[in-house]
Amino acid sequence: MKVAQKSIKFLTISLIALFSATIFASGSDKKHDNQNDGGRVNTKEEVEAYILHHIKDSHDFSLYFYTGDDGERHHLGFPLPIILWTSEGLVTFMSSEFHNNDDGHVIVEKKGLKFAKVHSKILELDKGAATVSFDETHHATNANKVLDFSITKSVVGILLIGFLLLFWFSRLAKQYKTKQVPTGFARVLEPLVIYVRDEIARPNIGDKHYRRFTGYLLTVFFFIWILNLAGLTPLGFNVTGQLAVTACLAIFTLIIYSVSGTKGYWMHMIWMPGVPVLIRPVLAIIELAGALLIKPFSLLVRLFANISAGHIVVMSLIAIMFTLKESLGVVGATGLSLVLSFFITLIEVLVAFLQAYIFTMLSALFIGMAVEDHAEAH
Amino acid sequence: METLLNDFSPGLFVVSTILLLALIGLMVKFAWKPILNSLEERESGIENALAAAENARKEMQNLTADNERLAKEARAEREAMMKEAREISDKIISDAKEDAKEVTTKLIETAQASIQQEKQAALAELKKNVAELSIGIAESVIKKELSSKKDQLDLVEGILKDVTLN
Repeated sequence: MKVAQKSIKFLTISLIALFSATIFASGSDKKHDNQNDGGRVNTKEEVEAYILHHIKDSHDFSLYFYTGDDGERHHLGFPLPIILWTSEGLVTFMSSEFHNNDDGHVIVEKKGLKFAKVHSKILELDKGAATVSFDETHHATNANKVLDFSITKSVVGILLIGFLLLFWFSRLAKQYKTKQVPTGFARVLEPLVIYVRDEIARPNIGDKHYRRFTGYLLTVFFFIWILNLAGLTPLGFNVTGQLAVTACLAIFTLIIYSVSGTKGYWMHMIWMPGVPVLIRPVLAIIELAGALLIKPFSLLVRLFANISAGHIVVMSLIAIMFTLKESLGVVGATGLSLVLSFFITLIEVLVAFLQAYIFTMLSALFIGMAVEDHAEAH
Repeated sequence: METLLNDFSPGLFVVSTILLLALIGLMVKFAWKPILNSLEERESGIENALAAAENARKEMQNLTADNERLAKEARAEREAMMKEAREISDKIISDAKEDAKEVTTKLIETAQASIQQEKQAALAELKKNVAELSIGIAESVIKKELSSKKDQLDLVEGILKDVTLN
């Protein structure tokens, strides 16, 4: 009970800290561009642009925009640190210096270098250039991408969920020291852990080896699931819809099953016994491509595509409110949008679990194929 | 595909790799290892407890079976004992009856014999008394010298009267 009270206190304090920071941030936002109308989304094009913007990673944590008493647009959210590896070495500054601009109009000068943010990418301007110039396909002609290690919204999401997972499960672990059956919230977590162990890890990897990989599988399962769910909240994380993150997870799985693969596993892949010698090299190419490329690629694309698509569908249905306002009227469009987005959100809750399950399940399956004993198969 | 590759952020990839590695390491150390160990401990504990309960049940069964067997044996023994006792008592009774019969017949026989004897003795005594009496009467008759027939008759009658008084 005491721990719960403490954690609630901690959460409240951190929330207050976050929002007090936002208030300072919101004051300094000014309009620098005409295209990005202070976060207003009314037309079809704006909806499309907003959705595409949303599913990308973002350098600041926007909650919402609103019109203040002074008639100006304000931005509620907080800036995040930008960390860049540029031609001049490490450069850091806060994202608030871009003033929520995302089309390259605001130029930030640091260490004699000029930076602009275009579609959530930070570009370093060539020497001598004062503004970003674009070609007809809207590609910057006088600026280059830099290595961007910023604490973006996705990184914040990873950190937040990481701490949450650590907090939850280390508490569950501590409970076992004093009692056999955990109480409170930990009692909800325990069957989930048992589920992953008994339904995903053990049947796919086998009783002999599953113990080594259960830690990884559990982490991945809860990481993906909770982040998927966090993506459905108004905080609008889209971490598992970032190719970089899903690629990272898929490569972890690839490394794990490649490193722990038995001799038999590799032998079957490179020099398949039991088939004519001439076919063996062909099979080896197919098998290697399957194991080293297709398997991780399917993992990373499946998760990325499902979550991104889910976000796009939910946001499109919400956007019915604006796009069908004329034909259905305000009440009709809003009602339709609410009903549809409610049901699709329910489905997304299911998808959030399903994708976490599938990713973990396939990882376990691939690991299981790599560690099983091939000797007894022939 | 181009937009996909364009969206791929190498920086985010590096950052998330580092964070995920740290997360996996920390979770394994502080959460999964102790949790899985405790779960396994608990499961094996439950299994052992179940096995122990099963053993106890079996032992109980054996015990009750033993008890039943013992009770049966005891019952059989008791019955046998009762039967024997009944037989013995029957035998005793019949023996006693026979003995008693024998004794009574013997007693009756001796009693009859002694009665006979007594009878003989009494008869002998009677005979002796009668003889003595007869002799006495004869003596007195002879003493009175038979003076008159009438006197003789009175005398005999008087003596006989005495005799009946005896």
